[in-house]
Amino acid sequence: MDAARPASPASADRTYLRVWAALVALTGLLVLVSRLGPAPALAGLLTVTPLKAGLVFWFFMHLREAGALLRTVLLAALGTLVIFFALLFADAAFR
Amino acid sequence: MSPEAAHGLPPDPLRARLGMWLFLATEITLFGGLLLAYAYLRLRHPAEFHRAGAAMNAALGVANTLVLLTSSLTAALSLSALRRGLPARATGLLAGTLGLGLGFLVVKGFEWSAKIHHGLYPGSSRLAALPPGEQVFFGLYFTMTGLHALHVLAGLSVFAALLGNGGLTRARTAFLENGTLFWHLVDVVWILLLPLFYLAA
Repeated sequence: MDAARPASPASADRTYLRVWAALVALTGLLVLVSRLGPAPALAGLLTVTPLKAGLVFWFFMHLREAGALLRTVLLAALGTLVIFFALLFADAAFR
Repeated sequence: MSPEAAHGLPPDPLRARLGMWLFLATEITLFGGLLLAYAYLRLRHPAEFHRAGAAMNAALGVANTLVLLTSSLTAALSLSALRRGLPARATGLLAGTLGLGLGFLVVKGFEWSAKIHHGLYPGSSRLAALPPGEQVFFGLYFTMTGLHALHVLAGLSVFAALLGNGGLTRARTAFLENGTLFWHLVDVVWILLLPLFYLAA
C-alpha cells in the first residue's frame, strides 16, 4: 500500500514540532562538537548530519507513512551514492 | 483540471507522489555528484580545506540553518492543515514558509556580498593567488551554495504560484504535497552543506 496514511491531525502536528525541536538541538550539538577539534567534528559530520537528514526524510517527507515503492525509489538513489562513496574511499585508502 | 479528471478517471495521489519522488531521486544524484567531488578534493587537500573554512561565517550558516528548518516545519504544518480542510490556516503557514525562504536568500545575499567584497569570487585575482586546495574549496562553495540557492528560488516560486493563483484549496493538496516534498529535500541539502563549508574549520 503506497497511499499516505496520515496520523491523527493533532498528533501529526505535535510530531512535526518535536522533530523540529530535535533538528534544532542536533544542529546545536553539531556546532558544539565541531569546536572540539578535527576528530569530534568529523564524527559529528558522519553521525549527526545523516541523523538530521533521516529525520526530515522520515517525518517531514512522510516516508514513515509511505509504502515499499516510494521507499525503494529513495533507497535506489541513496544506495547508488553509498556505492560511489565506498569506491571513492576504498581508492583513497589504498592509493 | 487535473490529467485524471480530463480523462474521466479518479484522482491518483500515488501517481503524483511517485512522479515527484523519481524527480527527487535525480536531484539527490545531482547533489550527490557534487558531494563526491567535495569528498575527493577534501581528501587531496585536507589542510587547505581547513584553512579556507576559517574564512567562512559560521554564525550566518547556522542562522540560515535555523531559518530553513523552521520553514520546513511551517511547510509540513501547512500541508497538515490543508488535509484537515483548513485552507486559511494552510495559506498562512505557507506564506510563513515563503517569508522564511526569502529571509534565507537575503542572508545568503549578505554572505556572498561579503565574500565578493573581500575579493573572494570565481575568477578573482585574490582567489587565483591562493593555494590550489583553497581555490577548489571556494569553487565548490560557490557552486554548491549557488545551486542550492537556485533550488530555494524554485521552491519559493512554486509556493508563490500556489498562494497567488486562486490560493490553497483542498483540490490542490497534491500540488502542495509535492511542493513541500521538494522544499524538504532542499532543507536536507542545506543540512549537509552546513558542516561541509561553515563548520569545516
